[in-house]
Amino acid sequence: MKKFGFFSTLPLLASLLVAGPSYAGEEVNLYSYRQQSLLQPLTDAFTAETGIKVNVVHAEKGLAEKIKAAGANNPADLVLTVDIGRLEEVRAAGLLAPVNSPVLNEVVPSHLRHPDNLWFALTTRARVIYADKDRVKEGELKSLNDLADPKWKGRICTRSGKHVYNIGLIASVIAEDGEAVAETWLRGVKANLARKPQGNDRAQAKAIFEGQCDIAIANRYYMGKMFYNTKSPEQQQWAEQIRVVYLDQQVGGRGQHINISGAGLLNTAKNKDNAIKLLEFLVGETAQGLYATANFEEPVREGIETDEFIESLGSFKADRISLQEVAEQRAAAARLVDRVGFDL
Amino acid sequence: MSITAKQTANRFSLVPRGLDIWVWLALAIAIFAFIPVFTVFKLSWSNNAEIWQHLLSTVFWVYVKNTLALCIGVALFTTLIGTGAAWLVTRFNFPLKSLLVWALLLPLAVPSYILAFVITDQLEYAGFVQKSLRAIFGWQTARDYWFPEIRSIQGAIAVLSLVLYPYVYLLARAAFVEQAAQLFEMSRCLGKSQTQSFFKVALPLARPAIVVGVTLALMETINEYGTVEFFAVPTLTAGIFDVWLNMSSLSAAAQIALMLVSFSILLLGLERYSRHAGKFYKLTGQSPAMFAEPLTGVKAYVACLLCLLPICLGFLLPVGVLSHYAFRSLDAGLEQYLASAWNSFSLAVMAALLTCALGLLLAYGVRLSKSSQMRSIAEAATLGYALPGAVLAVGILYPLGLFDNWVDQLMQAWFAYPTGLLLTGTGGALVLAYSLRFIALSYRTLDASLSKITPEMDDASRILGSRSGKTLWRIHLPLIRPSLLTAILLVFVDTMKELPITLILRPFNFNTLSTQVWELASLEQLEQSSLAALTILLAGIIPVIIMSRNISSSQSRT
Repeated sequence: MKKFGFFSTLPLLASLLVAGPSYAGEEVNLYSYRQQSLLQPLTDAFTAETGIKVNVVHAEKGLAEKIKAAGANNPADLVLTVDIGRLEEVRAAGLLAPVNSPVLNEVVPSHLRHPDNLWFALTTRARVIYADKDRVKEGELKSLNDLADPKWKGRICTRSGKHVYNIGLIASVIAEDGEAVAETWLRGVKANLARKPQGNDRAQAKAIFEGQCDIAIANRYYMGKMFYNTKSPEQQQWAEQIRVVYLDQQVGGRGQHINISGAGLLNTAKNKDNAIKLLEFLVGETAQGLYATANFEEPVREGIETDEFIESLGSFKADRISLQEVAEQRAAAARLVDRVGFDL
Repeated sequence: MSITAKQTANRFSLVPRGLDIWVWLALAIAIFAFIPVFTVFKLSWSNNAEIWQHLLSTVFWVYVKNTLALCIGVALFTTLIGTGAAWLVTRFNFPLKSLLVWALLLPLAVPSYILAFVITDQLEYAGFVQKSLRAIFGWQTARDYWFPEIRSIQGAIAVLSLVLYPYVYLLARAAFVEQAAQLFEMSRCLGKSQTQSFFKVALPLARPAIVVGVTLALMETINEYGTVEFFAVPTLTAGIFDVWLNMSSLSAAAQIALMLVSFSILLLGLERYSRHAGKFYKLTGQSPAMFAEPLTGVKAYVACLLCLLPICLGFLLPVGVLSHYAFRSLDAGLEQYLASAWNSFSLAVMAALLTCALGLLLAYGVRLSKSSQMRSIAEAATLGYALPGAVLAVGILYPLGLFDNWVDQLMQAWFAYPTGLLLTGTGGALVLAYSLRFIALSYRTLDASLSKITPEMDDASRILGSRSGKTLWRIHLPLIRPSLLTAILLVFVDTMKELPITLILRPFNFNTLSTQVWELASLEQLEQSSLAALTILLAGIIPVIIMSRNISSSQSRT
């Protein structure tokens, strides 16, 4: 084992050493917070259309540091995220370059991109209420504020308050109402929790199905993922037990809170033109259609045909607050979660 | 200054016997291994008073309490399970023993987050167990319960103990096997009972190894993130990521990380103390085998069941559940699995060999230097193991980037040939990073083993004209072979499971089995990652079997 093993690994090591990205040929390098398997259909379609190869590294943390550490030689051209917070992290670190593209400016509404075009939303993701069809009556829950109503005591489930999706939601409340109001509200929600925040969004659906709680805070697109999940039929049962409730829809109401998945061009990009091509492709009809029907997110582009089941969950009026402002309240939201002891 | 120059020189001299190349080599390795820790230290160098004020007035003490509770629980259970099982299989014969000897290592191959998922799946409110209980006792909701939720600190302790006890088992067993069995049998001949002989002779002899095992398990526990997140137990590590990612303060995160490191220093201090409490050396080179006593009747079955329990919970249960899932989703791309499996396997082999070579040189240099300063330097070098993987990865990224850019500039200046990023984003960087992380494993395992070889051996070898290198090759290596294999095995299996460093440092379009499992798990489809997860487990089994055969070949008359 010892002698043989060592020498046989030498060619191996050599083969791995050249695994870095090459600069030859037409390509574009992505650092992605979004899973590779979700990107695959999009990047494949892009390569088929343009002949440009897409290289991907997917991670959940440390990408910003990876970019900074590599300095001017950083190989990545584009950063993709599934939440406004991460985009803002990369932007605040001064790593993004403005993009001037008539296509992007036309397709992406102004509140869904950075004021200086440093980042662009590619899809929106509504963070809605899952309510049990039997135990919660239609119209019983109308607004985010209602979640703090003692009437829901012991009936609410959610994932950790520190998860980016909840940080985004809490940050939006801070951005709209200020910290003091947000704190009172979050204390109210905490008092109503059926259990310590835990699990992911699907776990909340499961808990509703099992009768552990009556309502949960979760992203809408998981409904589509569960509904079509033939591999795990139990998830289809969970989805069938749930009614989706959109919040703050009344006239003059703030509208349903949304987060985004988005992208930004790195200012050290070596393949700048290809990166912009990819951005434009991602807001194009093909890619937006894929986002809407494969991952069930809301496209940023107008007039995209959505999935039938998602259609059946009804439409909503989205909160139009500037996401830049929301993202700036991330740290405040994280501190609020600590102060309230939301996760404890 | 009342100390004479000569005394000072003696006190701080690393190399009492002139400039021994081995000692310098060890020093170089130590400095190299310390770079990431030093980088984290540099990152932490700024004023975060505001964040600390916030933490101290809110959740900090909860983090500390949870971290401590987790450590105490894991230390207790890994010691009990690991030492107990090691003693049973070394000392006694009972049904299935020859199988159990290596099967007890299997939970080591199980990534803790996978075990966490499987166990919760079976035990949580919606799981099979609780459903049955509710049906039997007529409970309506979770509020009617009197036992803790599975997603709790108890759950986290259970899962971590199940996957970490093999550290203690491996080291304790190597110690029981390597140490002179005559002492134990002498003690029995002198009329001491089985129990007395165990506590008076065998346990003290194995204590350094057991403490090393527990220390390793605790260092893993301290920086564990996936599992504690899964069990919704906010620990200091959770705090690190919260401060880093949500409060955008990498430097405050680095400060918390260094607190964890200082906690590890405390642990290592304890370990050292426990070694000083009694120095024992092997009396001879070749240990005669320990005589294994056959157990009969109920005792035999109890021993067998005791050993089976951790294997069932820590290995068979996850394998069973994953197999069940795997049959439901066999349509995932086989090609991708093979590619990932190859990446995992080749990285793990290279990392294991490199890490153990470095660990051995470090341990040998420390031994030759006979200086406690050198020992301290080596211990400091292995502190990277106590950092959460993602933090260590950042500590590697920056120096790597500096190095790459420096080489790039040099090449441009001298040959007008820019090299770009030479190492960053390559498999080479990954192997390097793994060895920086796991050098603690190899160094501690080998050091514990070397420390049991009497220094007279070295002296005898030198008198007979062998130089240090030859002595290492001809005398020490054969003596510590079981421990060397143990170290290689530990690093191999841990590299297979490693996730945070792999994610951050990996090249473009590059997957290992663990990144594949994680990717699907983060898509909330762990069921569909079962094939990759099973492959990690199975790939872990093969070396476990090979190594444990090798380890036990120098062992008992069973």
